[in-house]
Amino acid sequence: MKYIDEFRDGEVAQSIAQAIKAEADPGSTYHIMEFCGGHTHAISRYGLEDLLPANVRMIHGPGCPVCVLPVGRIDAAIWLAKQPGVTLVTYGDMLRVPGSKRLSLLKAKAEGADVRMVYSTLDAIKLAQANPDRQVVFFAIGFETTTPPTAVAIKQAQALDLKNFSVFCNHVLTPSAITQILDSPEVRELGTVKLDAFIGPAHVSTIIGSRPYEYFAEEYQRPVVIAGFEPLDVMQAVRMLVRQINDGRFEVENEFARAVTRDGNEKAKSLVADMFELRRAFEWRGLGLVPYSALRLKEPYAAWDAERRWDVPQDSPPDNKACECGAILRGVKKPTDCKLFGTVCTPENPMGSCMVSAEGACAAHWTYGRFRDLETSHA
Amino acid sequence: MCLALPALVTELLPDDSAKVNLGGVAKTVSLALVSDVKPGDYVIVHVGYALSVIDPEEAARTLELFREMGELAEDVPA
Repeated sequence: MKYIDEFRDGEVAQSIAQAIKAEADPGSTYHIMEFCGGHTHAISRYGLEDLLPANVRMIHGPGCPVCVLPVGRIDAAIWLAKQPGVTLVTYGDMLRVPGSKRLSLLKAKAEGADVRMVYSTLDAIKLAQANPDRQVVFFAIGFETTTPPTAVAIKQAQALDLKNFSVFCNHVLTPSAITQILDSPEVRELGTVKLDAFIGPAHVSTIIGSRPYEYFAEEYQRPVVIAGFEPLDVMQAVRMLVRQINDGRFEVENEFARAVTRDGNEKAKSLVADMFELRRAFEWRGLGLVPYSALRLKEPYAAWDAERRWDVPQDSPPDNKACECGAILRGVKKPTDCKLFGTVCTPENPMGSCMVSAEGACAAHWTYGRFRDLETSHA
Repeated sequence: MCLALPALVTELLPDDSAKVNLGGVAKTVSLALVSDVKPGDYVIVHVGYALSVIDPEEAARTLELFREMGELAEDVPA
C-alpha cells in the first residue's frame, strides 16, 4: 500500500539503526520520550528498541487519550449512561476502561444502560436523528486530533436543530501535558527521570502544526522532532534527535513534512477556536490537575453541552492502588514495574487504562514486547 | 484510536464526504476538515475524518533522506 509499505522497509530500518549507532556518543546516554501512544505502539510492534544501541532509550509518554482520562470522568460517563432516556455513544476503546469499583461502560451496558460504540461523530448525529425520543450523549475524548470532529458534529446538530444531541466534553491539549511533564519534580528537581528530547505527535501535529512546540523547545531547551507513525519515521526521528543532542541544538524539526506544516490545519483550528474555550484546570490520570489543559464548550453552544444539561458528578476517585498507570504515564515507571502487569491485568481483563487501548504502554508491551523481558531476565 | 493510515480518495460524494480505499477496503469519510481534495489524493483518516492531504513531494523527499542515511551508514565501519 502506497505511503505505508515504503515506510516499513526492514532493510532501511537496519541502515538507519547503523547510522544512529555510528552517531551516538558511546560515552553518553540519550533518553527520548515519545509523547504519543501511536509511536509507543509502533516502537513495540516493530521491535524498534532492539534496533537502537543500548545508550539510546525510549521513554513512553502520556499521549494516549484513553489512558489519561481519570477514573472520575469514566464514572461520570457511566452515570450519564444510566440517566433515563439517555443513549451514550463513544469510541470503542472507552467502553472497556475500568472506572471505580471496576465498573466500565461495557459492564453498564450489560446491566441495561444504552451504551453504543461509534466510529465517527457523524454516526452519533445519525443516531440522534433516528431516535428522536432518546437523548444521545457523545462521550468525547482525545487530544487535538479528535476535537475538530466533535466540533463538526456540534455544527451539524446546530444546523439540523437537533435538540436530543449533546457532548460530554473531555478534550485535552498536548502542549500542556508536555509542559507538565517537564515541570514535574521527577524531571526538574529530583532528576529521577532524564528526558533529553521528544518525538512530537503525528496526527495531533497535522492539526496544530509544528509551531506550538517551538515554545518549550526553546524554554526547556529540549529538541523536538515531529514524526509519522510508521517505523522508519520513528527511527529517522531518533536519528535526528541524537544529532540535535550531539550538536547542543534544541529546535523543532519536522520529519512528517508529508502531512504536517508549521501552521497545521487552519480550517480545523478555527472551527475549534470558535466553539471551545480553555478549562482553568483538568484532571489527568498520572499528571494530576493540569492548568489550562482541556477544553469546554463556549456559552453560545451551551445547548449541546451535556455538563450544562445534567448535573454530572465531578468527583475524583483514586486509581486502583496497585495499578501503576499514573507513574507509567509520567515516564517514571515501565509496565513491567507494575505487579499487576500480565498477572491480573491483561488486555482481556484490564485493571488500568494503559492496558486497554492498543496505544497504551502496557497493552503495547503485553502484545509485542514481552519476549524481550525473557531475554533480559536470562542475561 | 490514533492508529490511522493514509487512504486513497477514489470518489467525491455529496455532503462534503468522499469514498476512500485502504488496501482494498472501501470506506466513506468526511472531508469537513480539509479543502481542495480530489480523487487520486492520499488523505490521513482519523475517526472517520480526513485530517490532512499527503504531500507527495514531501513524502518522496523523506524517502530519499532514508536512502541517503543507508548510504552514509554503509560508509561507517560497524
